[in-house]
Amino acid sequence: MQNEGKIFLEVRNISKTFPGVKALDHISLTVKSGRVLALVGENGAGKSTLMKVLSGVYRMDEGEILIEGKPVQIKGPLESQHLGISIIYQELNLWLNLNIAENIFIGREPRKNGLVDKVEMHRQAGELLRQVGLDMDTKTLVASLSTAQKQMIEVAKALSFNARLIIMDEPTSSLTESETETLFEIVKSLRKRGVAIIFITHRMKEIFEISDEIVVMRDGELIASMDTAATTENEVISDMVGRSIDDIFAKEKAPIGDVALEVKNLSTRKFLKDIGFQLRKGEILGFAGLVGAGRSEVMRAIFGIDPRETGDIFIDGKRVKIRNTVDALRNGIGFVPEDRKEQALILSMTVRSNISLAALDSFKKKGFIDKEKEKKVAAGYIEKLEIKTPTDEQIVGNLSGGNQQKVVIGKWMETKPKILILDEPTRGIDVKTKKEIYMLMSRLAKQGVAIIMISSELPEVIGMSDRIIVMHEGRIKGELSQEEATQESVMMMALA
Amino acid sequence: MNTKTNQMEKPNSWRKLTKNSSFSILMILVVMLVAMLIISPPFRSVSNILSVMRLFVPIAISGIGVMMVIITGGIDLSLGSVYGLAGVITALSITELGANAFVGVFLGMLVALGFGFANGVLVVKINLPPFIATLATMSIARGLCYIITQGYPISGIKEEFFFLGQGAILEIPTPIWCMAVVAVIFGIFLSKTVTGRRIYALGGNMEATRISGINTNKLLILVYALCGLLAGFAGIITASKLGIGQPTSGTGFEMDAIAATVIGGTSLSGGVGSVIGTVIGASIMGVLRNALVLLSVDAYWQQLIIGFVILFAVAADMLSKKRAGN
Repeated sequence: MQNEGKIFLEVRNISKTFPGVKALDHISLTVKSGRVLALVGENGAGKSTLMKVLSGVYRMDEGEILIEGKPVQIKGPLESQHLGISIIYQELNLWLNLNIAENIFIGREPRKNGLVDKVEMHRQAGELLRQVGLDMDTKTLVASLSTAQKQMIEVAKALSFNARLIIMDEPTSSLTESETETLFEIVKSLRKRGVAIIFITHRMKEIFEISDEIVVMRDGELIASMDTAATTENEVISDMVGRSIDDIFAKEKAPIGDVALEVKNLSTRKFLKDIGFQLRKGEILGFAGLVGAGRSEVMRAIFGIDPRETGDIFIDGKRVKIRNTVDALRNGIGFVPEDRKEQALILSMTVRSNISLAALDSFKKKGFIDKEKEKKVAAGYIEKLEIKTPTDEQIVGNLSGGNQQKVVIGKWMETKPKILILDEPTRGIDVKTKKEIYMLMSRLAKQGVAIIMISSELPEVIGMSDRIIVMHEGRIKGELSQEEATQESVMMMALA
Repeated sequence: MNTKTNQMEKPNSWRKLTKNSSFSILMILVVMLVAMLIISPPFRSVSNILSVMRLFVPIAISGIGVMMVIITGGIDLSLGSVYGLAGVITALSITELGANAFVGVFLGMLVALGFGFANGVLVVKINLPPFIATLATMSIARGLCYIITQGYPISGIKEEFFFLGQGAILEIPTPIWCMAVVAVIFGIFLSKTVTGRRIYALGGNMEATRISGINTNKLLILVYALCGLLAGFAGIITASKLGIGQPTSGTGFEMDAIAATVIGGTSLSGGVGSVIGTVIGASIMGVLRNALVLLSVDAYWQQLIIGFVILFAVAADMLSKKRAGN
């Protein structure tokens, strides 16, 4: 072990609990000046929460943070900045309508006689740009920059704060290969100058190229901490996914029937390339991949939410036209989207109205809504899906996340779909409800419904799927049968 | 705020009534009425009560239209101009084209419907913000009023047309019947039909409504078209009441209609609003206008007082909702 770098930051036993989730469970780690620490873990492992604690966005429940050996309290983003910590988020925090210098110095512009001293501001900005190796006019509008250049601006901004620790949250996710190389040059020069760096990424190749140490997180716990030189890709992956699969999956074998849905050569203008697959009756087809791999986009394109550039959709062997969601519904497709509050529920409306919403036409009697039927149907789902609500007139916004999700599922079951797409159906839901949803999926499959499930939780997608399609950057990377699928094999495919 | 035990003791129907979102503004209206009945003898006369009602009919009718637009999260600023234009078109087609009253009313409403439809298309297909789209059509409709009349009021309309605004059925003025019919039709439409339910859903969460397989574009166009239609109807009633087609009619009227519906509990952020609330809101505006006249309040002060009443009514409603939320 090399120990040239002095310890800049030390966290001891940090914990943070959100309602129902232990996001951070007694995490301890040290970050040394002039070293690059790669922080890896699956989605939901707790990386972002940890970063948000360090940058003052969240307050930790317990634990201690020390900077250069002295205990500190990080109460807000400003304090974090004063302590020398800068964070560069995945979604860059830049003002597109302002120029480079204005972005770097926003809120703390150099002043003269009460007015902004533009000459001085541009001089200092130019100096910072040189340090990050960006040769540009500081009066350039940020809107006209590439993503990589914007990232450089963020780095320059961090330097202007005299940052001693720079945290980069998946900085390469939207960069091309050569842009990534440039970024790495800067990271290396920052390291040489004694800046400590935490680098969050999913990409194994980058981890081994840039980092000195690797820390693996999983389910809010710190699983492993090791020297990059002393470990291998396989070791890191198996630490990421863990070994234990909780036995909560209720997948029963359902008879697999004819092809219910076939998608051929589907592309969208910006992102998806040549997506094609088949889905059979009674089958549960898992879609795995990292967040941003394009899984939700495929489903949105199939369901007529986003426009397709090319691609044909066949249902029961017949080519169908799906131009909008009305067509999708008419063709027997149901879609439980990933964000139930934004995309699935009318939070201000009652449980009953939400359940009947998609199938409302079937409740028509002489032009009016048949309230008796509506009540009966709602009561049926409340009972069958064990939705915990005082009455069917409860406002959906007042239910817990799990019960809200059941309302969404009930809504789509009432449309009697032939094909049901579930995007992250168990996100933010407690284990008991998860199991109920798995049982429900299994039951629907047995009734011959063809099911697609997008899930970022590997145990879930492996436990529930008959077949798994793995996506990567807008394309289908490969397909695994239930027998072939292990957490390692799926992860390998998703990362590479 | 009622505590839980408190609520249990009260009979169920009373609780339902007080929990109804229109209850607090209904109370404001009742207080205003009682106060006026006590302090102003002329207010008590039947003819005055009827004139108050006649006064708020146009506001209530177009208020119901713009309420639907506001439920979807939009706004219609053009309704005052469309109101004026419909009156002018109706008057002109009776005097110049020699149409009978029915045809005249039909043509006026058709033009109003057309403007509403155009608003909807601009919002949905060209993606214009409703504020901007209807600001433009507001100016266009008003411009047309002036162009086709050359700025002069149109008089000499056949008397058969005056029944709509000046006549009475069973001693109750026709405009009040018109309002009652519109309120009942739209009350049922919004609360009992599939389309009405979808309008509320769209206002509550447009994206979720679309992903529920519902054609939100069609719904939006429908709502704007209906708003134009109702504004036109209100404008024609007014033209009939005055007996002339006035090119300046309805200038600034959109603000009265919007204020009535907002006083009536319609949320500008969408998803919430009721016909009964809007009718009560319009009554408040009507009673207030009438009261200020009867109490001989200076005309310059009337405007200011109305402003404060709007503030007060809406603030009271917001506060009660906030407490209910806690």
